[in-house]
Amino acid sequence: MNSIANTIHAVPLNHYILLSTIIFSIGVMGVLLRRNAIVIFMSVELMLNSVNLLLTAFSVYRGDAAGQVFVFFIMALAAAEVAVGLAIIVMIYRNTNSIDINVLNRLKW
Amino acid sequence: MDKYIWLIPILPLAGFVINGLGRNTLSKSVIGAIGSLLVLIAFGISALAFFQIKSSGVPINVTLFNWISVGDIKIPFAFLVDQLSSIMLLIITGVGFLIHLYSIGYMHDDAGFGKFFAYLNLFVFFMLLLVMGSNYIVMFIGWEGVGLCSYLLIGFWYTNASYADAAKKAFIMNRIGDLGFLLGVFIITAVFKSVEFATIFPKAATMIRGDSMFTIVTLLLFVGAIGKSAQLPLFTWLPDAMAGPTPVSALIHAATMVTAGIYMIARSNILFTMAPQTMEVIAIVGLTTACFAALIALTQTDIKKVLAYSTVSQLGYMFLGLGVGAYTGSFFHVLTHAFFKALLFLGAGSVIHAMSGEQDMRKMGGLKGKIKITFITMLIGTIAIAGIPPFSGFFSKDEILAAAFAHSTTFYVVGVITAMLTSFYMFRMMYLTFWGKFRGTHEQEHHLHESPPSMTIPLIVLAILSAIGGFIGVPAVLGGHHELGAYLAPVFEASTKILGEHELSHSTEKTLMGISVLLAFIAMAYAYFKHVKGGSLPVGDEEERPALTNLSYHKFYIDELYDTIIRKPLDFLSEFFYKVVEQLGIDGLVNGLGKGTLETSKGLRLLQTGNVGFYIFMMVVGIIAILVYGLIKI
Repeated sequence: MNSIANTIHAVPLNHYILLSTIIFSIGVMGVLLRRNAIVIFMSVELMLNSVNLLLTAFSVYRGDAAGQVFVFFIMALAAAEVAVGLAIIVMIYRNTNSIDINVLNRLKW
Repeated sequence: MDKYIWLIPILPLAGFVINGLGRNTLSKSVIGAIGSLLVLIAFGISALAFFQIKSSGVPINVTLFNWISVGDIKIPFAFLVDQLSSIMLLIITGVGFLIHLYSIGYMHDDAGFGKFFAYLNLFVFFMLLLVMGSNYIVMFIGWEGVGLCSYLLIGFWYTNASYADAAKKAFIMNRIGDLGFLLGVFIITAVFKSVEFATIFPKAATMIRGDSMFTIVTLLLFVGAIGKSAQLPLFTWLPDAMAGPTPVSALIHAATMVTAGIYMIARSNILFTMAPQTMEVIAIVGLTTACFAALIALTQTDIKKVLAYSTVSQLGYMFLGLGVGAYTGSFFHVLTHAFFKALLFLGAGSVIHAMSGEQDMRKMGGLKGKIKITFITMLIGTIAIAGIPPFSGFFSKDEILAAAFAHSTTFYVVGVITAMLTSFYMFRMMYLTFWGKFRGTHEQEHHLHESPPSMTIPLIVLAILSAIGGFIGVPAVLGGHHELGAYLAPVFEASTKILGEHELSHSTEKTLMGISVLLAFIAMAYAYFKHVKGGSLPVGDEEERPALTNLSYHKFYIDELYDTIIRKPLDFLSEFFYKVVEQLGIDGLVNGLGKGTLETSKGLRLLQTGNVGFYIFMMVVGIIAILVYGLIKI
């Protein structure tokens, strides 16, 4: 165990934060700019996982296992979310023959 | 005896419950029998209590249970039957029984027969509670209860809107008085730390006479009495209360409930004795009311209205008596008035019954030979109220007038003139109703008949009482002992000690009696010459009258005056609050909030474009905003 921790410690915390931020930003940009529902979905996953990464890094640096426990929760939640989200996308596809979110502009009022 | 005293009020209450629940299922004879007999049994017990007190001289004081106990103040639910209340008990149950009996005949064809008896029994229950209570709070329960029953019975034929209005009027006017009574009781509680008569009165007797506290308390109590006993300025409800069935007028609005104010003052006599200013006010209000109501009664054409104003006038006499310190005389008048006024009302009911519901004296006349029993009994009642010896009214009225004379000559002069007016309007009523030619329709004449025995028996009994009732209070000047005065003496002992006996020489008293009897005869003769020999009749509603007659006929426009100075401004105020404060202010605010929300959301809803990308963008903007906010805050 110690060796893993040591390996992680070999990289300074700043780098983890930066990496996470970059991945998170990619995720945000993906959500904002892409119109394909599946890609948006993947971008959301990207954001979630960047957070996971950050949590793990902090957890190790602080020597507190709680952060890693959170990560497992997030993963479980993400799995559930994916199941529901994909189901929705499948239904949208059946109804509109498209997964372009701009087709869904009837979702109003 | 003490053990059974609680039965007196409980029996009528039981009657109320039985008749109230069985009003649609029990037969009329059963309802009538239950209602009357229970009151009769209560009368029997009251009589036993009366004789016990008469022989022993010790009041009966029974505590049923401890009702309210807060801090220092303990209010037991207790009954006190002493000399004063024992006589009231006899009046209420005795006259009450006769009127129940009468109602069996009078109300026989009414659809609300069961309801009527239930209300009547309830009234008797509350009235008994009022006089039996050993403290102001139990008295107040009865005080409010009789007001409620009065309301229910005035509006008994509630499908007629004007009758229902009369009931509301009585109720509201009584509320004004009740407020005064209640405030008075509050102050008493604060000062004496008790509401028990037995605690308050001995304590009050030792305090300083003329203390402003006494003046305030007694004035407030007097306001209560004004409302209940229909004195100026709250008397207008009583004439309107004649909308109720005639037995109700006889029982509630002549014999018992309206004398509750006098009973209350007589009960608290020591408090009033300690407040000479209040006594003066009471005497003046009583005298003014007596004279004022008598003036109105002179020209009324409705037989019940004449009696109603006469009741107001006689109540005024009683207050005059109280005001000049003649507590015994005043209470004596309560007693005799209960006899002759109940008799007159029941007689009027019998006349109305015979006339198929006609109440206007202009359409009566010549009934003398047709309904003999009613005629003779009513004549006895009239002679009694006019104050002609040896009938009961003479003794009681004369005692009050003598006390008024001892107090102030002005009071006496006004009082004796009022007595003359009384004699005039009562004989006028008799002449218009029973003498002359029949003026009703042909059908009414054909239908004329004497009332059934259940109605005439009470008339006869009351007539006998009205004739001989005065002999219990024959003054010393006429060689009597005034047994009533001797019997009541313990109740008024403390007051008598302070006020002292009014001393009039026997020759003066005889002169006063002579004057009032002479004036009564003159008035009677004048009425005879005017209405029998002269055949003068009151003119129709629309025709011109001389100015003063017109004023009296329209009751001095008192109702119109109240309408202008109280109802109209109140209506205006309500209108203002309704139209401006309620509709513009409160409704405007509430509706404005609703409308504002609606309008805002109408605008905001356009933000929902349906473009998912835009939603996500806004979400991100939101998250960033939250982050930035968090950053700044740190």
